[in-house]
Amino acid sequence: MLDELFTLVLEHLAMVAMATLTATLCGVSGGILLTRRAGWRPALLGFAGVMQTVPSLALFGFLIPLCGIGRGTAVVALVLYALLPVMRNTLAGILSVDAAVRESALAMGMSEWQILREVELPLAARTILAGVRVATVTTIGTATIAAAIGAGGLGVFIFRGIASVDTGQILLGAVPAAAMALIADAILGWFERRWATPAPTRT
Amino acid sequence: MTPVVEFHEVSFRAGGCEILRRLSFEIHAGETLALLGRSGSGKTTALRMVNALVTPTSGEVRVEGRATTAWPPRELRRRIGYVIQETGLFPHFTVRANIGLVPRLAGWDPARIEARSRELLQALELRPDDFLDRYPAQLSGGQQQRVGVARALAADPDLLLFDEPFGKLDPVTRAEAQRQFLRVTRALGKTALFVTHDLREALLVADRIGLMHEGVLAWIGPAGDFLGAEHAEARRFRQSLDPADA
Ligand SMILES: Nc1ncnc2c1ncn2[C@@H]1O[C@H](COP(=O)(O)OP(=O)(O)OP(=O)(O)O)[C@@H](O)[C@H]1O
Ligand SMILES: [Mg+2]
Repeated sequence: MLDELFTLVLEHLAMVAMATLTATLCGVSGGILLTRRAGWRPALLGFAGVMQTVPSLALFGFLIPLCGIGRGTAVVALVLYALLPVMRNTLAGILSVDAAVRESALAMGMSEWQILREVELPLAARTILAGVRVATVTTIGTATIAAAIGAGGLGVFIFRGIASVDTGQILLGAVPAAAMALIADAILGWFERRWATPAPTRT
Repeated sequence: MTPVVEFHEVSFRAGGCEILRRLSFEIHAGETLALLGRSGSGKTTALRMVNALVTPTSGEVRVEGRATTAWPPRELRRRIGYVIQETGLFPHFTVRANIGLVPRLAGWDPARIEARSRELLQALELRPDDFLDRYPAQLSGGQQQRVGVARALAADPDLLLFDEPFGKLDPVTRAEAQRQFLRVTRALGKTALFVTHDLREALLVADRIGLMHEGVLAWIGPAGDFLGAEHAEARRFRQSLDPADA
């Protein structure tokens, strides 16, 4: 039992890590793209919004004909799910950078890339991180449902517990998942607060 | 000698409004031209054309004889020091990093940047040891503006654009800042475009004054002649010096 718990926790972690990392990469890139292409905002944010609105079980279901059954499909679904908070926060964080700051960066001869790397991303870091935190916590929860399509993870205990009306089994899945979400929230929250005070940069 | 800056029949339209109309003037090497005008008269728009942040709808702005549209924008901007109305300091950079930014982009070595930053702060009467490690949020508005001036001067550009640089200073500090400005521009032979809505300031810092009124250059001439200028807007500005005289 303990062995199985250990395996399932690892499976769960792997699934969550893969999904949130991918969602962060795609979401941040997408958000940056949207700051430069205002015309694409309704389409991309709309898409990500719809993805988030589809009930998770249904989203898993939709993906089965496309990607088959198993962990890959689950990760794809989780990424689609986590995309919106990251993308939306990246866009909002960069847009909230003071126009005068952007203007003076431009006037000092910084390139678009330098402005992004040295000005916009550092100033938006807190907001982006808040999006990543929301995405991570949601993914940890949603990943329990992935067991329904054979992706493993802590959901295995929960579904098995429901099927056999065994509260102990259900809790064995639910409690570690909840703990994982709380811990992730605390860790990412700590990073966010650390970035609340501006960090010195090199001269 | 080619003027450092030339405006040639420059117009600018945005949102269906004509914001600048057929602006023509020149700024010669070593000269300070003040653009004087009320709020909304188009001063900032004209100034931002010099470093290609705004492109004329028609006409041409030339810097060192070359149209701003023909310059690679970053090369043009790096040789111009720009102090913007709202300071635009980087909130996540210390004073040291803010001032050192352009020299760093230009590839100066750190020791030289440090020495330059200290020299500039000293010249602007901010004690380097007290201020270098602070963030903009830890400065008063007037101190921020002076750091903005130091940042614009850091890489020693020959051409300076000042947009209401001393707007947030109290009258005493403001007068000092104006004297420092004169010292820098006169002693180092800088060319400057200085935007202000304060006639007193324009008279003090400028060799020549250009008067902007509703997007048009209403009058331009030596600062000393402004007090005798015939234009109605010039008269209104003179009255602003002494309201009792109206
Ligand atoms: N991109 C733009 N689109 C539309 N209107 C603009 C744009 N830029 C400036 N304006 C308008 O042009 C006019 C001149 O603006 P500008 O900022 O040049 O004035 P200013 O003389 O610098 O005023 P102030 O002393 O208040 O700074 C204003 O009426 C402003 O609203
Ligand atoms: Mg202005």
